[in-house]
This record gives sequence, C-alpha cells and structure tokens, in this order.
Amino acid sequence: MPKDYGIGASSKRREDVRFLTGRGVYTDDMALHGQTYAVFVRSTVAHGRIRSVGTEAASKMPGVLAIFTGEDFKDVGGNPAGWLINSRDGTPMHEPKRPVLAHGKVRHVGDAYAAVIAETYQQAKDAAQQISDDTDIEELPAIVDMRAALADSSNRVHDEIPDNQCYDWGWIEDNRAAVDAAFKSAPHVTTLELVNNRLVPNAMEPRASIGEYFPGTGDYKLTTTSQNPHLTRLLVAAFVLGIPENKLTVVAPDVGGGFGSKIYHYGEEALVLAAAKKLARPVRWTAERSESFLSDAHGRDHVTKIELACDKEGNFLAFRTETMANVGAYLSNFATVTPTFLHGTLMAGPYKVPHVYVNVKTVFTNTAPVDAYRGAGRPEATYSLERVIDKMCRELGLDPFEVRRKNFLTTDMFPYTTPVGLVYDTGNYHATLDKAMEMADVAGFAKRRADSAARGKLRGMGLSTWIEACGIAPSNLVGILGARVGLYDAATVRVNATGNISVMVGAHSHGQGHETVFAQIAAEKLGIPESSVEIVHGDTSKIPFGMGSYGSRSLAVCGVAMTKAIDKIVAKGKKIAAHMLEAAEGDITFEDGKFSVAGTDKAKTFGEIAFSAYVPHNYPLETLEPGLEETAFYDPANFTYPAGAYICEVEVDEGTGKVDVVAFHCADDFGNVMNPMIVEGQVHGGVGQGIGQALLESTTYDENGQLLTGSYMDYAMPRAGDVPFYNVDYSCQTACTHNVLGVKGCGEAGAIGSPPAVVNAVLDALHSGGHKIAHIDMPVSPGRVWQAING
Amino acid sequence: MFDFEFVKPSSIVEAARLLGGEGAQALSGGQTLMPTMKQRLAAPSVLVSLTGIAEMKGLSVAAGTLTVGAATPHAVVAAEAARVFPALAALAGGIGDPAVRNRGTIGGSIANNDPSACYPAAVLASGATVVTSKRRIAADDFFQGMFSTALEEGEFVTSVAFPIPEKAAYVKFNQPASRFALTGVFVAKFAGGVRVAVTGASNNGVFRWAEAEAALAKSFTADALQGLGVDDSDMITDLHGTAAYRANLVKVLTGRAVSAAG
Repeated sequence: MPKDYGIGASSKRREDVRFLTGRGVYTDDMALHGQTYAVFVRSTVAHGRIRSVGTEAASKMPGVLAIFTGEDFKDVGGNPAGWLINSRDGTPMHEPKRPVLAHGKVRHVGDAYAAVIAETYQQAKDAAQQISDDTDIEELPAIVDMRAALADSSNRVHDEIPDNQCYDWGWIEDNRAAVDAAFKSAPHVTTLELVNNRLVPNAMEPRASIGEYFPGTGDYKLTTTSQNPHLTRLLVAAFVLGIPENKLTVVAPDVGGGFGSKIYHYGEEALVLAAAKKLARPVRWTAERSESFLSDAHGRDHVTKIELACDKEGNFLAFRTETMANVGAYLSNFATVTPTFLHGTLMAGPYKVPHVYVNVKTVFTNTAPVDAYRGAGRPEATYSLERVIDKMCRELGLDPFEVRRKNFLTTDMFPYTTPVGLVYDTGNYHATLDKAMEMADVAGFAKRRADSAARGKLRGMGLSTWIEACGIAPSNLVGILGARVGLYDAATVRVNATGNISVMVGAHSHGQGHETVFAQIAAEKLGIPESSVEIVHGDTSKIPFGMGSYGSRSLAVCGVAMTKAIDKIVAKGKKIAAHMLEAAEGDITFEDGKFSVAGTDKAKTFGEIAFSAYVPHNYPLETLEPGLEETAFYDPANFTYPAGAYICEVEVDEGTGKVDVVAFHCADDFGNVMNPMIVEGQVHGGVGQGIGQALLESTTYDENGQLLTGSYMDYAMPRAGDVPFYNVDYSCQTACTHNVLGVKGCGEAGAIGSPPAVVNAVLDALHSGGHKIAHIDMPVSPGRVWQAING
Repeated sequence: MFDFEFVKPSSIVEAARLLGGEGAQALSGGQTLMPTMKQRLAAPSVLVSLTGIAEMKGLSVAAGTLTVGAATPHAVVAAEAARVFPALAALAGGIGDPAVRNRGTIGGSIANNDPSACYPAAVLASGATVVTSKRRIAADDFFQGMFSTALEEGEFVTSVAFPIPEKAAYVKFNQPASRFALTGVFVAKFAGGVRVAVTGASNNGVFRWAEAEAALAKSFTADALQGLGVDDSDMITDLHGTAAYRANLVKVLTGRAVSAAG
C-alpha cells in the first residue's frame, strides 16, 4: 500500500485547487485604489549612444503623470552581481554598473531607457511611443558574436572594458599542467566543438511588479513576480534605491513559473517603487510577452571546445574544456557564477577521471542578459561531457553503456573528492544505469529498430548519465568562491493555541508544490493532519528570512530548516509535558502526536500542549516562556548530488529531417523522496524543457542584434505532442548523508540529463542509416538534420 | 491596440457598402488581424465584421461542387466536409489549434494569402472558384504572390466553390514554432488531370508544380515523381529552413500526398 499521508505519500497538491479553478492571485490580478500604469520605453537598436530622450511632447499627453529617464537614476547604486569571480591571473572580474534605466548608452534591443507613468495603460503606451519617436539614439555597430567581441577592442559594450571580457576563469588553474601532460601522453583524444543554445525562459506568467508608497509612515511595498523576495528586498534596499530594509516589504504572491528568470532583481521593480514614492500612488507594470522575450534573463549560451583523453578501452584519463559564455549586455545577479562554479565544478561528472581542467571566458555582447535557467551551468557541463563521451565511443567502436559503467565511481569510493573541487557524499551510478537499461529494454532495441525501419524511419537510442550539485549551498565555502550572500535558509514554525500550525518558509513556491510537501513533512513530524498545517511563503513581512527557490534547494535547505524548527518545538513541548505530567523531561517521549511518560500510559496530545503554551495556567513560567513558536536557520554542510541515467529513443525521418522522441526513460537518485507524484511531475517538466532545448528552442539574434525569435511564431516551445509518455523511476535511493531529511533535490534533473540523451539518440539513428555525422548543434531541428544528411 | 469603430452587418450588400467607407477594414475570424492590431502594426478606424452574415456561412454540395461560405470557421469545415471532401476537411482540422479553428475562417485565410497558410493550397489545387462581393475569380487568377490577391479595394470573399476531386490529400510539414506550413502540398486528381499546389515554400506564395502535375497525370503514383527536380531559386530561406530544404520538402511531401490520396 502506498502511504496516504505524510512523508513519502503522493498527497495531491493543495495549491492546485486554486490554480485549476482560476482562483490563484498573481501580481497582475491585484487592483489597487488609485493605481497608475507604467510602460517602459525600450531600445529598438542593439547598441547606441543616447543623444537625447524626447520627453517634451509625451509629458503633455493625456493622462501622463510622470516620465523617468536614465538621468533620474544615474546617481543611485547599480544592481550588483551576486558573485565576484577572479580571472586566472588573479584580477577581479569587470563589473559594469547595471542601471535602473539606461543612460549614456543603450546596450541591447529591449534595454529600457525611459518609463512613463499614466492614468491608464493605453495612455502610458501612447506616451511611450511618443518618447520612442522623439528620442535620438546614434546607432553603433552591434556586438553579437562572442569571438568577435573578444577580438575587437575598438567596439565595446561597456566603454571601460576593452576586450568585452568579464573574466577569464581557470578551474583548477594549479591542475592545468598536469591535465595538459595527461593529454600529451594519452593513447586517444576525442575533440568536440559544440554550442549550448541560448534559451528564453518563457514562464507562463510574464514578469509584473506593483510599487506602493505609504506617505504616512514612509513604508514601501513591492509586489512582484519573484522566486526570491528577500534577495530582491536586499538588493533594492542596500544597493539600488537605498530604502532601509525595515521600510520595504517585498511580496511575491502566486507566481506562474520562474525557471530561474525570476530569481533576479530587475530595474522595473526599482522603477515602480521610485515612481510610487514620487506620485504617492500605486504604480503597476506587467510585461507584454514581447517584452519578456527581450528583457527576461535568458539561459545557457555557451560555445565550447571539449577534449577527452582516454586509453583504447575507453578509460577516461582527462577532460579539458574551453568555453565562451555569453552574459549579454549587463551582469544579471547570478550571471557570473552560472558558467563558473555551477558549471566547471561538475566537469568530472559521475566518473573517476583523474584530471580535469576548465577554462571559461565570459563575454559581454549587445544581447539580453543571460543568467541561471533551470539547471544553470550543470546542463552545460553534462551536455559537453555526455556528447564527447558518445563521440569517443563511436570513434573507438566501444559500447556507450559499458564505457560509462567502467568509468563510474563505485559505492566504496564515497565520500569522493573530485579533481574539480566537489566532495560527493554518496551515490550509486551503476544502480541507476542498470535500472534505466531495464526500463528501456535495451536488449529489445534491435527489434524496435527493425520495426521503425519497416515504417521508413531510422531509430536511435541515446544515453546520458548525469550528476548535479544542488541544495545550494554551504555559505563558508561559497564565500571563499566569491559569493556576496550566504546561502542558508530559514523557517518559523508557529503553533497556534488550538494546535494547528503556520510555517513561514524562506523558500518560494512558483509551481513546485511546496505548500503540499512542506505540510506533509511538518504533519508527519508533529503527528497532526496535513490539513492542520499552513505553509506561508513569499512575504518578507511574515517570513524570518530566506534565500528563495532555485538550484533544487528548497527541500534540501529550507525543508531542513523547517525540520530543525520543528525539533525545537518538540523539545519545548517535552518541557511543557514534563511539567504537566509531573515527570522528568528526559522521560518524555514524543510519538504520533503524543507526549508520553515513557513506560506509562500518561500522555498529553500535541494540541493539549499547544493550548497550555498559550493558556499557561499550569505551566513552568519561572523557567519557560509561554507560547510555542520556533525559528531555525540552516546552512548546509555540503551540496547534494542527485544523479541518474537517462535513455532516449528517437525516430528520424530521413526525407524531412524530423525527429520524434518515441521513448524516454529516467532512473534518478534523488535520495529520499517526500512526495513521489510531485517528484515525477518535476522530472516530467524538466525533461520537457530538455527536449525543448535539444530539438526546438533557438534564440537567434541577427548581426545587428535584433532578436529574430522574439515571439511564438518563431521561438518553438515544446508542446504536448512533441514529448513522449515519460517512464520515470526514483527507486535507486542513496540518502543524502548530511541533511536530516536525506533529500537531494529533483527540480533541475530533467533539464540537466535529457538534452545529451536526445542528441546522442539522433546521431545513433543517423549512423544506423549510414550517415556518418559527428555532431549536430541544438536545436536539432528538421532543417539541420536534413542539411547534415545531405551535406 | 488603438481605438476603432466596430460594425456587424447582416448582409453582403450592407457589408459592401460599409467597406466602401474611409479607413474600413473587413474582419472575419480575426486570427491574423487582431494580433496585428494588438501589436499596433495595424490601426483601421472601422472594423466591418463579416461573421454575422448568414449567407456567407456554412457548406453546401451541388453538382460535384462543394461551396463553403467565406465566414465558415475551420472547425465547421473539418466536421462537415469530412464525407464529401475528406482532404479539405483534414486540412481545415490541421490549422492552428482549436481556438484558431473555431474563430478563423476560410475567407479570411485566402484573402490574407499568407505564404504559409494551408487553405490557399487547397483552393489552388482544387481549381476552386473564389466568389466575391463583386465577381467570380478562378483560383489560378486569385493568388498573386505573398499577401497579395486579386481582391480590389472594398471587395471581399463571400464563398469558395470547390470542384470535388476523385482523389486528394494534403500533407503539411509544420514550422516547429508557429505550426504554419513550413511547406505543405495539396494534390488533387480529377478526371481531366492532376493539380499540385504548394504552400509555405515560395517567396511568391502558393504555386502549382506543373512538372509534377504532368508526371502524375500519366501515373498517379509517388514513383512518378522520381527524377523530377524542384527549382529552389525562388524558395524561402529563413530560420526554419533553407531554400534547398524547402525544395526537398516539396518533392517529399508531394510523394507522400500522392500515396495518401491512394
């Protein structure tokens, strides 16, 4: 019998009741008395010097209340990068200021250089058009291609950065000579140049923000689409507008998807707050979809050369990569860590490879900023590794399953320090590979291939064995690496007098289902019904602190903080129970919602203890405070290391180049699983996005920096018909050794493991048809496949 | 979107009068016009809706001809033409998504003549007659290049009369993002010959592939196309495929359409 309650049960998502009945409350749903509308004036050129911003005529248009330009914010602090990365030579990265509104120059199509506030949306829109028409911008040559950007110092995205390079990072620089030596003496070297395609996040809900200012108290409130409201408060308060943190509340209500793009603070949020103060009226803004395409932080965009050194039997000797990572025009908050510590540290994969060296040059271009997107660095690492391994197998005529198997770390090797600086605490990569092969019926593939051939299709099978580091992250470690914040999380458990509880968590749910899973854990730990637990998130005025949700960290960090707070509740409950039951505290046990005197039938229920804490008539007031509310902060001791094996089968139509994903099998190790249904859903969503990246999604700028794929007419999102029925397993569980829940995180897995499995499958299919193609860059579109076949 | 007047006449005559006015624009299902207006790329001062005109809606069959009212939504054609002209019904059922098919109309589609739209291929391959508020226009004369038709100022399509072929099929290869035809081929076999119309591929919009028609008239089999070349000099190159790729699709899809037509 599957469990129907608490940890491990597939409890139905309580938030779906409101989401599926149209009763969710998103930022744009909120109507406020006296509200006004902001519309941003965005650059239509990729690179230009602003000669003048034409506000004169617009300011006299009907309904216009205020106009802001870059001049209004030129003296306020900029939006900073969250991580300081040093170059190989020890010099710190270039960190150009990211203003609220562009001034001096515009640096990408969609760069906002003015904003209009008006009584109605249409009036603001009309005035914004007028400003756009009246503005004089001298167009400069656009810098789009990363190689050209590095080579040409005469054309600069930021005038103070001569080679458009943010940093030139080596990991681990001290190991470089040993890695090079390993390559020199290696019996075989496979080299692959590849592109990890830029993606537009495309959350279903576009970004939206409402600024409020309360003149009576001087308080500000920002309601915004954030995965990370406390970080937004910190950035707005301490860096951008200088509002004291205690005068600013940030609320992230229901949020319709983020995938990373809503982690960061954006200038629009600062603008609506500044405008609300100026007008003493609420100021609201909701992005149009085309604005989202142009101004949300994009993902990926790496150009990589990876080399694999091995012996003739396929035993790995070394990996070496050179990557150019595009950060776009400005540094978004996590832009500098994504291609470095979230990418380079994963370049050993789940393998016992002795030598690894990673070089990343991060480049400014006249394109939208690029930042963390579901997986963030780890999909790029996995794609490079799993593609070059596949290529090596083909070159040496080796079985890709066997090559993975012989190179995997074995269970007796944990904890294992990789050559790129991580310490894997536990795992069992052979188990997930065996499971995936069983699920995929690898032995039966030849027959399926023959069946496909009978229908005129080439069938291929592709494998990817992946690992990630998530549960971000130990603060002392990330501090050494350059993080400017801590990466703990926090939770407050408030037991009400009647025994039900509210849990205020720093994690933010924007589709993941935290309200359900966190309640399951709290209910089980306290022996009360799930329905007695309310999870509160996304409001800085209610929650102690938090670092938000990204990097598959919610459960592994915030979930553990909540568990620790619950432990404190139980500990205090035992003190109260000892008093009430006239027993020694050490004799009190807590089980199934009851505090009992060990070895007797004397007991008090959790509800009775809670009531006593708030109505303390029979209570040890001289030694114990009344009330039952505890807060815990938790800073993880290590990253967590989910891993798995994915097997994809595709059919390729040689006539059209069309690829159909016909089967997808996932065997994952997420450690302990709290809610299997939600884990499956997370894997489904992640694999869907991975298939989207592998086959469909292309973010294309032309040589003038115009985004050619700026709408769904040209940007292909995966639809239900593009993905198969997934076959998902999470039974190979090695519990995380350093958190009390034993959990690792599952949110990004699908997006990390799936792209190389898809591409490997396509190449396998093509080779089976006699097409000796070494590589096709993503998205592996029909046109590209046909071109590869037909030269 | 800018402000506009909206009128909904109930007869062709009244619609024709209203469309003679300054700044008037015909509105059918609005599946192209509305997004264009929302993006402020079009700003007609008067929208004349054609969907309230009963004589422009529905299907009728007489003397081997299927007549489809111009304001008939794709979903209705998909359902009601299934028996008499299954290839046309299948085409209509494959346009866009259910919301588009319940709003978009055949008249709107062919009047717009998007080079990647499906309906122009059916109209041209069937040798249909486009009936307008003023006259009858043969399909071969109606489509005049990308987004261009024989329609004059104020003139609008009222119905399309399709001769029903003996055999026919439409095979579309979707553009991955928009699901318009990256290339689509409609093949129709009549007692007097075969017509092949291609959409999505050419810079000049929908066109007939004369060499294939001749070969298929002799032998209505996919094999009959072997050896035929497709000139790619006027084909579209864009993000989703080169001219050479589209030329390949024309040939591949024509063969598949012939096979599907049986």
